[in-house]
Amino acid sequence: MQSNGASAVPVLTFRGVSKRFGDVVAARNLDLDVDEGEFLSFLGPSGCGKTTSLRMIAGFEQPSEGDVYLMGERVNGVPAYRRPVNMVFQHYALFPHLDVADNVSYGLRQRRPRPDADAIARRVEAMLEKVRLAGYARRKIWELSGGQQQRVALARALINEPALLLLDEPLAALDRKLRREMQIELQNLQRDLGITFVLVTHDQEEALSMSDRVCIMRDGAIVQIGSPRELYDRPLNRYVADFVGKSNFFAGTLVETGRERVIVSLAGTLRVPAVGGPSVAGMARGQGISLSVRPEQMVLSRDPRSLPADSAVKLEATVRNRIFLGEHTEYLLHETRLGEFLALAPRQTEISEPAFDTGESIHVSWSANAALVLSNE
Amino acid sequence: MTSPWVKRLLLFPATAWMIVMLALPLLVVVVFSFGERGPAGGYVPAFTFDQYLNLPARLAAFRNTLVLAPVGTLLCLLAAYPLAYFLAVKVDPRWRTLLLVLIIVPFWTSILIRTYAWIFILGGQGIPRLLEFVGIEGVRLINTRFAVLTGIVYGYLPLMIFPIYVSLEKLDKRLLEAAADLGSSPAWAFRNITLPLSIPGIATGCMLVFILLMGEFLIPALLGGGKVFFVGNALVDLFLQSRNWAYGSAVAATLVIVMLVTVGLYMKLMRRAGAQRDDVSLF
Ligand SMILES: Nc1ncnc2c1ncn2[C@@H]1O[C@H](COP(=O)(O)OP(=O)(O)OP(=O)(O)O)[C@@H](O)[C@H]1O
Ligand SMILES: [Mg+2]
Repeated sequence: MQSNGASAVPVLTFRGVSKRFGDVVAARNLDLDVDEGEFLSFLGPSGCGKTTSLRMIAGFEQPSEGDVYLMGERVNGVPAYRRPVNMVFQHYALFPHLDVADNVSYGLRQRRPRPDADAIARRVEAMLEKVRLAGYARRKIWELSGGQQQRVALARALINEPALLLLDEPLAALDRKLRREMQIELQNLQRDLGITFVLVTHDQEEALSMSDRVCIMRDGAIVQIGSPRELYDRPLNRYVADFVGKSNFFAGTLVETGRERVIVSLAGTLRVPAVGGPSVAGMARGQGISLSVRPEQMVLSRDPRSLPADSAVKLEATVRNRIFLGEHTEYLLHETRLGEFLALAPRQTEISEPAFDTGESIHVSWSANAALVLSNE
Repeated sequence: MTSPWVKRLLLFPATAWMIVMLALPLLVVVVFSFGERGPAGGYVPAFTFDQYLNLPARLAAFRNTLVLAPVGTLLCLLAAYPLAYFLAVKVDPRWRTLLLVLIIVPFWTSILIRTYAWIFILGGQGIPRLLEFVGIEGVRLINTRFAVLTGIVYGYLPLMIFPIYVSLEKLDKRLLEAAADLGSSPAWAFRNITLPLSIPGIATGCMLVFILLMGEFLIPALLGGGKVFFVGNALVDLFLQSRNWAYGSAVAATLVIVMLVTVGLYMKLMRRAGAQRDDVSLF
C-alpha cells in the first residue's frame, strides 16, 4: 500500500472541504489523504454525506469551502470531463442505446486524439475478459442480468485506467450471494490493476472486508479513519464501535484515570479496570462514559473457578436467550446491575462444557484489555 | 383467460368505426374516381381512366405539397427541438407546467382566426411596412412560399414540441453525468446521449406534422392567396367550386397513395436507422 515510499504524492487530498446545499451541510471540514493503490471506503448511515463527498472528487459538485487535490494538483472548478477519475454509479447509468462494447469503449472514444479502432477493439476485448463478460460485446444492455450490468459498469470505468476509481454503493442492488462474489472480484481487480479505489457503502461488513482503510462518517463529518482492525480494536467513540461490529455498551463514570489503565464504576457499585483508549485523554474524573465489551470477549462458565484469574470482573448472570449461529452460539444474558448484554461463545468451548440452557445461571468474566472506555458521542 | 368471443366483442366498436368512417368513404372515392362529371356537376357512374389521365393538370398542387410539407416539417423540427430541450432540461420544474400550458393556449382560438392574424402581419401593412421605415422597400411576403411556411411552423409547432419534450423529459440525467465522467464535454454528451435518445420523439413529431401537412388546405388558402396551393386546395376547389366530383376523387385517391408511399418510405428509413443506431448515433 505504501510501497511507493513516503515521498509519493497522495492520489487524492481533501483540505477543509465543506459542501452546503442551502441550509443542509452535506460535508463538514473534511481532511483526507488517499495513497496510490489504496482501497478506501466511506462508511456511514444514509444521508451522512458519502455520495456528496464522492461527487466532489468526480467533479459533479464543487466544494463550498476548502480544496480538493488530485495527484497534488488543485482541481476546484475543474469540470468532471477533465478529471482523471472515473465513477461506477449506484444504478450503473449504462447507456441504453449502446451495446456492451460501445458502452465499455465510450471513454476511449472520447479521447483526443482518438485511439484507432483496432486498438479500441483489442482493449475492449481484454477488459470484457477481465470482468468475465467475454462474448457479451454485442449484447444490448437490457438483455443483461443485474450482476452482468454491474460488471459492464465496472469495465466501462476501468478501461480508462483512471488514477482513481470511485464506486457509489456499486453492489447495493445485488442479492447477498452475488454481492459477496462481486466483493471478492472487486478486490482482485483492484489488486491486479493497482488502481486506487474509493468506495461508498453503508454496509459495514462490505467496508471492513474489502478496504485497506475505512473512513467513518456522521452528519457530513469524518469521525474516524483507520484500518478495519484499528477501528474494531480501538474505536474512537461509541458511534464507531457501534458501527464496526457488535458491542455491549455499559453506562458508567470515570473513577480513576491513569496512563494505560483506568478504573470505571458501572451501575454505581461495580468498579472495574479498563483500557483508556484515545477518547479518555481530555476526560475528567466523574465524567459519564460508555464501557464497550465485544460479545466474543466475554468468557462464560458454569464453574467460577475456571474463569481466568486475571479477569477484570466476575459476574453471575442468567441466560435469557440462546441462538445457534453455527460456529458460535450467541447468548443474551441478564445481570441484576448491568441489565441485558450479549455474549458469543465459540463452538470449541462447548466440547468441554455443554451449551448453556435458557434460565440457567452462569458465571461471566472479561479481561481488562477487552474493556474499552469510550466517550458517549 | 379472456375468451375469443369477448375479445371480438371488445374489438367490435373500433372495427365498426373504422369500416364506417374510413373504408366506406375511401371506397366511395375510389368508385367515383373512375366515373364522370355530370352535366351540372356531381357524379355520373362510368368506368373510365380519364380522370387519372387528367392528373397532370394539377401537377403544381402535388409538387407544392411534396416540397412544402417536408420542408415545413423540417422547419418545425428545427424550431421545436431547442424549445422542447429548454423546457425538459433547463427549466426549473416549478415553471414547467405553466410554460407547457402556455404552448397549448393558442389552441383555445380557432386556427382560422390565428392564421388570419398572419395575413395582417405579413401583408402590406405589416412587416413590409416596418421594413420601409428602415429603408428597405419592395418586400413582398404575403402569398409567397415563405408566408405559407411561416404559417405552417406557427400552426404546427406545438404538435412537434410535445413528443420531443416527452422523450427528453424521461431521459435519465445521470446518463449525462456518466458521459461527463467518461470525458464528454456538454456538447459531446448532447451529441452522443441526448440526441440519440430523443430520436423516438423526433420521429413521432415529424410523422404527425408531416401527415397533417399533406392534407393541409387552410394555411395555403389564406397565406398563399391562390399562388401557393396544396393538393388540399385543389380538392376544395374541385368538390366545392367546380363540382367535378369524379376528377376530385381521382386527385384524392392519388393523394392517399402518395401519402402511403412517402410514410412507408419514411418508416422504413427510420427502422433502418434504428437498427444501426449504435453505429449511426456515435461520433
Ligand atoms: N443536490 C442536493 N440538493 C440539496 N440537498 C442535497 C443534495 N444532495 C445531497 N443533499 C443532502 O445532503 C445530505 C447528504 O447527502 P448524500 O447523498 O451525500 O448522503 P449519502 O451519505 O450518500 O446517503 P445515502 O447512503 O442515503 O446515499 C443529505 O441530507 C441530502 O439530503
Ligand atoms: Mg449516497
